Amino acid sequence: MDETVAEFIRRTILKIPVCEMMTILKTWNFLSESQLQTVNFRQRKESLAQDLLLLCEEKCATVQDMALLDIVYTQVHRHQKLWNVFQMSKGPDEDVDLFDMEQFKISFKKILQRALKNVTVSFRDAEKNAVWIRVAWGTQYSKPNQYKPTFVVYYSQTPYAFTSSSYLKSTLPLLKQALTIASQHHQIVQMDLRSRHLDSLQAIVFKEYNQIFENHNPTPPLQERSLGLDKNMDLRIIHENTLEKERIQRVTQEAFGDYPQPQLEFAQYKLETKFKSDLGRSILANRDEPFRCLIKFSSPHLLEALKSLAPAGIADAPLSPLLTCIPSKGMNYFKIRDK
Amino acid sequence: MSVLRPMDKLPDLNKATVLLVSTEDALLQQLADSMLKEDCASELRVHLTKSLPLPSSVARPRIDLIVFVITLHSSFQNVEESLHHVDSNFFLGKVCFLVTGAGRDSHCSVHRNTVAKLAHTYRSPLLFCDLEVESFRATVAQRLVRMLQICAGHVPGVSGLNLLSLMRSPSPPPEEL
Repeated sequence: MDETVAEFIRRTILKIPVCEMMTILKTWNFLSESQLQTVNFRQRKESLAQDLLLLCEEKCATVQDMALLDIVYTQVHRHQKLWNVFQMSKGPDEDVDLFDMEQFKISFKKILQRALKNVTVSFRDAEKNAVWIRVAWGTQYSKPNQYKPTFVVYYSQTPYAFTSSSYLKSTLPLLKQALTIASQHHQIVQMDLRSRHLDSLQAIVFKEYNQIFENHNPTPPLQERSLGLDKNMDLRIIHENTLEKERIQRVTQEAFGDYPQPQLEFAQYKLETKFKSDLGRSILANRDEPFRCLIKFSSPHLLEALKSLAPAGIADAPLSPLLTCIPSKGMNYFKIRDK
Repeated sequence: MSVLRPMDKLPDLNKATVLLVSTEDALLQQLADSMLKEDCASELRVHLTKSLPLPSSVARPRIDLIVFVITLHSSFQNVEESLHHVDSNFFLGKVCFLVTGAGRDSHCSVHRNTVAKLAHTYRSPLLFCDLEVESFRATVAQRLVRMLQICAGHVPGVSGLNLLSLMRSPSPPPEEL
């Protein structure tokens, strides 16, 4: 077994938390059941890694097997990467060709290998006609760097692909080209949408976030819920502004809906507008050049936080459409210019 | 413009009503719960609102004390506008300003002196408290309940105006630079 392969597998095993070890190894499906049974999973991680490595040696693990382990690990820990979204389009006159997954894989690999002699490309099929691709980049003269791969998740029945942010910016054009040509599209455009939560990105892009499922106990109508009719509520406390509260609940529900929001971490607004001031004379007010400003909202769950702003009394309802349009427009990076 | 007047209704027997005003609902709810936990001879009522004027209601009892709860990390424009709807007779001891959020200095968008000036302009007491800590909240709730009882006239020999003159700070707040 190659030195680099052994070292990579060892480091990956050390990264995996002990509680997930069995699941990941089984999903990887490289070591057999009987082999796994000979290993003591309760020992220290370093020794466990050594034992597993010996088993991999017996089976002569290759670069592809190692890459597959990396894909499985990343699929479980997908939130450790920042995902970008790309949208491809066909030309106006092109027919819809039948998609052949095997053809796509062969074509994708060939394009990359033709451009850069040293590159490791691996595939793993996933559900919903998706394929996970891992690319480790090298150059004409150096071997691929296995520790900085790019991951791509391509949904074959859609024009969308999700890629993990790569440290190597120079590889992006080649990746885009390979994706476009292999999937028989014409153009590829990067959407202004980024997040660590791949599932939320998919929900936004495939418009699946606003599905409300009927269950046995439908939630009580809005009126009852918003008044907080709670038997435990002290009758000595009287809320004076129930009308206003109801209005806010209604407006928030219209803007955000009843369903759980997709999870995004930030929204960024780049303003290139002229400075407007009510105070009349101001050093900044009478300039022709736009006032450049960057506003970034961050939160572990941005959309839920925005949804709770008005009911908490921190912001006025209705919220600015710039904030509420994020899932429907599929953007969380905005450039705002004067009209 | 409807204005809240202190003496336009008859008092109820042994009842004392306080009006808490703030944009942050959760904070008011917690403060109300703390106040109602206090042992008190009078029957307490707590009204919560975001701003004045209040919607007109015949059933509302006479308000004995108004507490404006100001959070230093949101704007207090709401409080300034609500103050226009309070009759001047209220400011003879029946209004109090309660400031919270001073602990987290980096989040403060309103300077403490601004609020001190506001309290001085309206000649009303200013209390500071971190309402998010339960023990501090319980302490300020105790003080507010006591003030409420005095303002409702349930403490013989002391009126709201007496209390105000006892609580007055000796000098106006320093001018802003």
